[in-house]
Amino acid sequence: MPRPLKFKDHHQENRIFSARLTATLVAVLVLSLVLAGRMVWLQAMEHERYTTLSDRNRVQTQTLSPPRGLIRDRQGRILADNRPNFSVTLIPEQVRDLEETLSEVNRLVTLEEEDVQRFLGRLRGPRRPWEPIPLRARVTEEELARLVVNQHRLPGVRIDATPIRHYPHGEMLSHVLGYVNRISRQDLDRMSREQRANYAGTHFHGRSGLERQYESLLHGTAGHRKVETNARGRVLRVLEEDPPQPGEDLQLHLDLEVQRAAWEALEGHRGAIVAMDPRDGGVLAFVSRPGIDPNLFVTGISRDDYDAYRDDLDRPLFNRALQGQYPPGSTIKMMHGLAGLEHGTVTWEDSIWDPGYFRLPNQNRVFRDWKREGHGWVDMHRAVAESCDTYFYKMAYDLGIDRMQAFNSGFGLGRPTGVDLPNERAGIQPSREWKRRARGESWFHGDTINASIGQGYTLATPMQLTYATTVLARQGQPVTPRIAELPLAGDTLVQEPVTLSEPEHWDRMQAAMEDVLHGERGTARMTGRNAAYRIAGKTGTSQVFSLEQEEEYDEDEIEERLRDHALFIAFAPADDPAIAVAVLVENGGSGGGVAAPKARQIMDTWLLDENGELDPPPAMQDLDNPTAAGVPKES
Amino acid sequence: MSREFVREMPGEQTGGSGGTGLAWRLHLDSPLLAALTMLCLGGMFVLYSAGGESTQMLIRQAMRLGGGLMALMILAQIPPRTYRFWTPMIYAGGIVLLLLVMLVGLEAKGAQRWLRVPGFGAFQPGEIMKLAVPAMVAWYFSEKSPPPRLHHVAMALVIILIPVALIARQPDLGTALLVAAAGLLVLFLAGLSWRLIAGTLAVISIAAPLMYFFVLHDYQRTRVDTFLNPGADPLGAGWNIIQSKTAIGSGGLTGKGWLHGTQSRLDFLPESSTDFILAVLGEELGLVGVLGLLALYLFIVVRGLAISWKAQDTYSRLLAASISLTFFIYVFVNMGMVSGLLPVVGVPLPLVSYGGTSIITLLAGFGILMSIQTHRRLMTR
Repeated sequence: MPRPLKFKDHHQENRIFSARLTATLVAVLVLSLVLAGRMVWLQAMEHERYTTLSDRNRVQTQTLSPPRGLIRDRQGRILADNRPNFSVTLIPEQVRDLEETLSEVNRLVTLEEEDVQRFLGRLRGPRRPWEPIPLRARVTEEELARLVVNQHRLPGVRIDATPIRHYPHGEMLSHVLGYVNRISRQDLDRMSREQRANYAGTHFHGRSGLERQYESLLHGTAGHRKVETNARGRVLRVLEEDPPQPGEDLQLHLDLEVQRAAWEALEGHRGAIVAMDPRDGGVLAFVSRPGIDPNLFVTGISRDDYDAYRDDLDRPLFNRALQGQYPPGSTIKMMHGLAGLEHGTVTWEDSIWDPGYFRLPNQNRVFRDWKREGHGWVDMHRAVAESCDTYFYKMAYDLGIDRMQAFNSGFGLGRPTGVDLPNERAGIQPSREWKRRARGESWFHGDTINASIGQGYTLATPMQLTYATTVLARQGQPVTPRIAELPLAGDTLVQEPVTLSEPEHWDRMQAAMEDVLHGERGTARMTGRNAAYRIAGKTGTSQVFSLEQEEEYDEDEIEERLRDHALFIAFAPADDPAIAVAVLVENGGSGGGVAAPKARQIMDTWLLDENGELDPPPAMQDLDNPTAAGVPKES
Repeated sequence: MSREFVREMPGEQTGGSGGTGLAWRLHLDSPLLAALTMLCLGGMFVLYSAGGESTQMLIRQAMRLGGGLMALMILAQIPPRTYRFWTPMIYAGGIVLLLLVMLVGLEAKGAQRWLRVPGFGAFQPGEIMKLAVPAMVAWYFSEKSPPPRLHHVAMALVIILIPVALIARQPDLGTALLVAAAGLLVLFLAGLSWRLIAGTLAVISIAAPLMYFFVLHDYQRTRVDTFLNPGADPLGAGWNIIQSKTAIGSGGLTGKGWLHGTQSRLDFLPESSTDFILAVLGEELGLVGVLGLLALYLFIVVRGLAISWKAQDTYSRLLAASISLTFFIYVFVNMGMVSGLLPVVGVPLPLVSYGGTSIITLLAGFGILMSIQTHRRLMTR
């Protein structure tokens, strides 16, 4: 032990100091063990957890969105494609003064209040640091140039080029193609987990029309890329990549020229035209006018534009061809005639005297023919060609609504045709049961009389009328209407064929329909004139509102919107139909005068070559060949 | 005589041989010097990776370490009795400098810690107090017989608390705590009664919550909050702790390899070359590296305690033990904070963290330690 140096109790001092030093040594060792234990805990026990955390820091999985499939018409002409869209995004972490930057950007590209609000919403919401936030979509070329020049002064402001949907034909195809628009939060909430993963890098999806119908096909499958990033989100290298599977291109039966003819035929009207190839069920034209500019909807339609569409009296947002339900008028007389013939309540030889009206036995109510003075003696052929109402009143009275309804169903009335578009309406094929359910009333004879000429409760969409015409053209053989040229799925709606005990009725009814256009007194004889082929058709004029029994009807005095709807259905060439068409002109007036000529234009476009010779293009699918794609499977 | 002491320290061999070697004549303790050199060199390797392979940073650190080693060698030549003689003057000078800092100190990051000396640069007077305060308390007790009486304790507390209060006001919580710890350690080693210690601890446990609400600055309170619940704000204040734990934990047993730590090299780990450099070591060299470093630190501390054990006068042994233990407090606080055991206080990993005047102070302290060790024989003769 050290020698005493001072005058104090060294033994005592040494003892105390030794004890204290030992205590601190123990403390040092214990605390070192605590540290060592902590390190063992972090690095050995919790190692895996922290490895995951560390990888999650450094490795980011980016979703690679697949390019959306293009839509082409039957000849490969582009109907919907993808074009680069320049948008302004902002990385808040790189911005020095947000307010100043926003006002500076605003000086260069004019930001709407909506844009700024949406941006601020995203900024305050949950987000990953260093992730760019969209500020303004669809920058014009001019704005783009101004931005690029000034970009060096605006750190954090980026210009992104992303492909967005573009519809080169605008309104013309708007009701068949539909449009894509931004996926909303609600849309995401509706998706399944797998779907959400597939849409992680996608900003748009099909909202309506074919874009929606074939969304899964057009969208494709998202790819993934694992990248190593630093804390500021800069990608340092790509670790692995699984490329996206591009969406498939969609080839349509639709023919752009026929579509254009139909669109132009309705110029200045509200209405719809649907044309089909009866040989394969392919839809050649599908027009509802007025249309909308689908390009406005892609990046988000402005409130003003949307309000203008919504408040337009002509209702451009309304898809008349698919959802417009109109009284079919006389266009369904053939079905009733065939029903009468099949059930034996009438023959081709039977004639009736038409005084211009029909009165139910023991009732005072009078049902008038469109021709006040009456048609005189009329048989079935004349009744179709000249569209005699009285003949069908009488026949329907004998036939009864039950048999009419059952027979009409075979032509697709009262149910969706199954065309490949979302939200198709079914129309109404009235029956006793329907009236009891819908109106809570029982069926009266008068209802049958009204139904016989496609009035009263009967409603059909233009799509349904085209389908019914196709079944007529195919002499009762059903077909599935298709806009896109794709193999049919097994569950596609297939109807029972309409069979007649006397197949010759088909030919005789067709002959009567040909006389509508080619007969001396046919209701559309002006349209049938100079045709290079025979057309079988039927005019229809359906009342928008009913006149009092003895009230006079003066077309000029009735307000335009209360005028009759003009309808016309036809197929041609009559001996080997290659097109079936239904034309509806809202408040057009006369079916023969207004609707029929439009159908003629469309049929000419499809059937004639450039020299005006009959040369119908071949069907796309061979329905008679059972191995060919497109044949519905039997269940 | 010295042989006797040597035998008393278990497991010590080099000390004996050093008694006759060149190192001894240069007043250097070779085991301690060897360990310190290893530490400094090893630290440079870690720093090279943590600093993104910046040679400039490495050169500046090397210059700082070199300066510290120079100070160590110079201070080792001065006998302990000289230190003892000058202690009150140095302490008083330190207080004056602290007051000067308060008046004309440089402001940086919301704190006033630095004093500019024309032609020399800037330095932190707080650093001097890390040595001056324990020396002053040791000086105070060197003439007193243990155990200290109550008024002696009170006097010692005054000696400690005046500079601590001045440093805490700058504010520099890390330095204040280290200075206080250094002084209180001397008080403890001098024989402060356990009853008083227990009483003080009781008072502290009551005072701590009050301190939290009424004395601490906002940023200090945030640190405590963050320590208690780092997950509450993972992208804000809790970021440092989460990222450093992630770095250490993901290192595993053997680490990701030198220069291959992703946490630090991809900038996820803040302060990676200064206060949080241990996380870089843990990530790149794993548990093996961390425990190796801890062992090296422990060796230095134990060697320092051994020196104090052998020191012949009260002043020397108290000062030597205090310097060694303060060094350990550095280690414990830094490692504890980086691994999430303690709240984040600005305490560097001694002799490894980049920059800071602490390197000079620490090595100067070891110079005094070596002086105590190597001047022993002269004194006892």
